[in-house]
Amino acid sequence: MTAAPMAQPAVIRLVAVTKVYQMGPTQVPALRGVDFVVAPGEMIAIVGASGSGKSTLMNIIGCLDVPTSGSYYLDGLRVDGLSRNQLADLRNRKLGFVFQGFNLLPRTSALENVELPLLYDRSGRRRDTKALSAEALRTVGLGGRFHHEPNELSGGEQQRVAIARALVTRPTLLLADEPTGNLDSRASLEIVALFQALNDEGITVLLVTHEANIARHAKRIIELRDGRLIRDSPVPDRHRADADLQKRASPELVEVV
Amino acid sequence: MRIPRLMRVASQSILRNPMRTMLTILGIVIGVGAVIVMIAVGYGAQMRIQEQVKNLGTNMLVVMPGVSGLGGVSQGAATFNRLTVDDAEKLAREASLLSAVSPVIFSRVQAVGGLGNWRTTINGVSSSYQAIRDWPTEAGTFFAEDDQRSSRKVAVLGSTVARTLFPGEDPVGRQIRLGTVPFTIIGVLAAKGQTANGSDQDDVIILPYTTARNRLSGLTFIGAILASTSSAADIPAAQEEIRAIMRESHRLGGATEDDFTVRNQNELAEAAQSTTRVMSWLLAAIASISLLVGGIGIMNIMLVSVTERTREIGIRLAIGARGSDVLTQFLVESVVMSVVGGLIGVGAGYGGAAILGRVTGWSTTTPPAAVLIAVGFSAAVGVFFGWYPARKAAMLDPIQALRHE
Repeated sequence: MTAAPMAQPAVIRLVAVTKVYQMGPTQVPALRGVDFVVAPGEMIAIVGASGSGKSTLMNIIGCLDVPTSGSYYLDGLRVDGLSRNQLADLRNRKLGFVFQGFNLLPRTSALENVELPLLYDRSGRRRDTKALSAEALRTVGLGGRFHHEPNELSGGEQQRVAIARALVTRPTLLLADEPTGNLDSRASLEIVALFQALNDEGITVLLVTHEANIARHAKRIIELRDGRLIRDSPVPDRHRADADLQKRASPELVEVV
Repeated sequence: MRIPRLMRVASQSILRNPMRTMLTILGIVIGVGAVIVMIAVGYGAQMRIQEQVKNLGTNMLVVMPGVSGLGGVSQGAATFNRLTVDDAEKLAREASLLSAVSPVIFSRVQAVGGLGNWRTTINGVSSSYQAIRDWPTEAGTFFAEDDQRSSRKVAVLGSTVARTLFPGEDPVGRQIRLGTVPFTIIGVLAAKGQTANGSDQDDVIILPYTTARNRLSGLTFIGAILASTSSAADIPAAQEEIRAIMRESHRLGGATEDDFTVRNQNELAEAAQSTTRVMSWLLAAIASISLLVGGIGIMNIMLVSVTERTREIGIRLAIGARGSDVLTQFLVESVVMSVVGGLIGVGAGYGGAAILGRVTGWSTTTPPAAVLIAVGFSAAVGVFFGWYPARKAAMLDPIQALRHE
């Protein structure tokens, strides 16, 4: 660690984090001591087979759960030991969630879905929630779809609404759990391209995925197995999703024409 | 979250399932409506009794035989009768605060005249009875003191008797036979309507008490002595005065209990109302059971709603809602439903009371406070029955809730 105080604290700092679930009489360890640091502006993919501890790690980073031992600092704040309400406020202020199943409120317009986290903002800073939500929807390319309800949108569009909802509070970290798991390959690439574009603007992105062709769009890959970190390396030949899309588009265009 | 936002979120969720919401609200509508109708019936009955007692006369006092506790107007027929005409005459002579005194001799006779015969009540009273009861004549006149002194065989008919025996004609000047004795009809009283306990005050024939005693087979049974004061302020003192004179008249010494009861109009009203009050509380209590059932309906639906919306709760918690935000959201939902139900129920209750009044002829009056109570009560029902489901929602673990299918 550097002795000089950092201008910007690490977005994520995990120190010897473990998580043990109590299943009846037996203890099931899900994380067996994980350490890593994520600096601002990174785009990281966490990969691993199911049962590797990915989801548990995701829940801890997302302040939905607390480690059994070890410490977790989010944006310089120590998270372990916080109360339920403090965790809720932290999720609201610092984190933006994107889920595999989109998790939008049904029968609620895109705009109102995006507005939702602002309604739980206790700082009272954000007055004009409608304007902020509209801006977030424009950022994800859904400028014309404010009043559509989730069932009137395609999967890719729904995921964009979810991303707008995650962005609207201007979080420190965008956390995406299998964001392309329910999408076809084309929509997946579009979503990844959106993440890359957001990352280019300086937003820290953390993706959890088991698809290698999604992970290779990140700048760095962390791999878990049996609750331990087995790989933490930069991506040598990082793919640009928009370039991939172009490549795909050309032959299809020929086909259609 | 601030209140307008809370209301918006709540109404969104409520409107998402209109049919279910309507049925849930219906439970409260019926509950509140029933309570309002029952209160209207009970209160209406009380108002009516009050009016009727006011209708009895002006500044009236009643002396009844026997000892009877409060609430015992109907016990007036005591086990033994100790009121006499002498008591009434002594009161008339000696009481300084009384402007009029009249004994009331009760009897039942068969009246024959006009179209046929009719069994009715005889009231033998003094000439001041008309003033005490504040009871005008519709035709002819009431009898005078002279008629009373000479025990003349004159009769004044109540309007029901007049209508029954002499329909469509003026009975004044005609003859009527009471038992075997012929009387001349000199007047017909204006209709007074029913008494507090529902008997027809107009089904009566009024005679001078002297005549009743002397000419009709030896009647000395005095049901009551009526008296009145010239001003309402004198009533308490007059009551005491009557008591003193009556005790003297009955030769009751020292510690002996009164063998009569003196009541003023307010006490009569009180006694008559105490029965209806119990009745109306009972009605309202029964009706509020349906409000309780409505509340259970809300709880039921809210529990279903929490289970159904577990995922939504998970989403809200994940994006930063606190447990208290979720709690408030669900509470507001149940309170909004119950208050809307309460307001509609008030309307339904008013309508129901009006229809019931028209159909049955009961007088129904809804006191304005009942509306506030009903709405307040329904809001309380919303909080009470919404609390458990809302708390259940607030305690959900966000990870579990998000995984919920």
